[in-house]
Amino acid sequence: MTAVIEVEHLTRRYRDVTAVNDATFSVEENKIYGLLGRNGAGKTTLMQLLTGQEFASDGTIRVFGESPVENADVLQNISFIKESQRYPEDFRPRHVFASAPHFFANWDADFAAQLADEFRVPLKRRIKKLSRGQVSAVGVIVGLASRAPLTFFDEPYLGLDAVARQLFYDRLLEDYAQHPRTVVLSTHLIDEVSNLLEHVIVIDEGRIIIDEDAESLRGTATSVVGTRAAVDAFVASREILHRDAVGGLASVTVTGLDARGRAAASAAGLELAPVSLQQLIIRRTGMNQQQSSEKEFEATA
Amino acid sequence: MDESRPIFVQVAEQVENDIIGGTMAEESQVPSTNEFAAFYRINPATALKGVNLLVDDGILYKKRGIGMFVAAGARERLVAKRREQFTAEFLAPLLAEAAKLGITPQQLSTMIDKEGSKK
Repeated sequence: MTAVIEVEHLTRRYRDVTAVNDATFSVEENKIYGLLGRNGAGKTTLMQLLTGQEFASDGTIRVFGESPVENADVLQNISFIKESQRYPEDFRPRHVFASAPHFFANWDADFAAQLADEFRVPLKRRIKKLSRGQVSAVGVIVGLASRAPLTFFDEPYLGLDAVARQLFYDRLLEDYAQHPRTVVLSTHLIDEVSNLLEHVIVIDEGRIIIDEDAESLRGTATSVVGTRAAVDAFVASREILHRDAVGGLASVTVTGLDARGRAAASAAGLELAPVSLQQLIIRRTGMNQQQSSEKEFEATA
Repeated sequence: MDESRPIFVQVAEQVENDIIGGTMAEESQVPSTNEFAAFYRINPATALKGVNLLVDDGILYKKRGIGMFVAAGARERLVAKRREQFTAEFLAPLLAEAAKLGITPQQLSTMIDKEGSKK
């Protein structure tokens, strides 16, 4: 496997905040990565560093084997779609799509036109006059039709409705299958994208806390539900991610439950419940420590 | 797709179900990895992993440059495998639930006969 991005001990400090803290990871070619984490976890800063829009305080970044900073050879192979992309005053979507081929060698104008039609983007209306979702759709179209070898989507769908988001996922998968490339998708909507991802990187308070294959991550945690005494006895020797208790009942999320553990749980009269990728990440990023933070996490998405 | 098990395992099971149910006939071509990925809305690498599981089991075989096909005798072998698993996956939980409700195996047997004769 070829690494497209190699990062070692990367740190970005601002006056009193360490936005990215000693991050070491690599991104392999032609995979879809999920860059997940809470608001302010450092996702955007990390992507800005990888695209040469921010400077590292410490550590090294190699993108296509070179430093991305003011490096045209690297940057022309990158498409970075930001949460709130600004466009020149008076620009209309057709201007955006007309200027894109100057930046992206692989730009597919027919694909862009097809997507504009599917996302119902009015080509001739001023971007200032577009709805929030329509502006996001313009970014998504640029990201897809640019077919850059390395594409970043940073929360690309502010204001996009469920239909448009599904359309985005479907077109991304289809086009990725036809034209394999490396995609980094940053999002809060973990449940929506979890099946699209091949690899998951979770950042929390600037640190990389999970860097794992999505399939091996899935199924690493299980919730054990039953009477408090039975659950406590069962989980005593296990790594506990989370616990909930109501009256005499308890629900505890544990890691690494194998077939034997499952059999033992059933024999002890305990119920086992699956834990979704989103739930797992919520557990692992300690979001359960704050009241109702799980709801907040979903609501901000 | 449910969250409790790896997706590639579920993809393999779906294909197995289609072979057992006759939707995918022996020696017929199965959809490509990318078609599976688009249909189930999953990463193509995951779909490939599921398909490879079946190739390893000899249920599917590859024709270089053409695609993936259902092996001869695949259905029979899958049915045999599923029958072996039937006790563990269906009978054991059924008996456990029955015992919880105070239904004896004899009563259960009568219930099965009665339900079966309806069809």
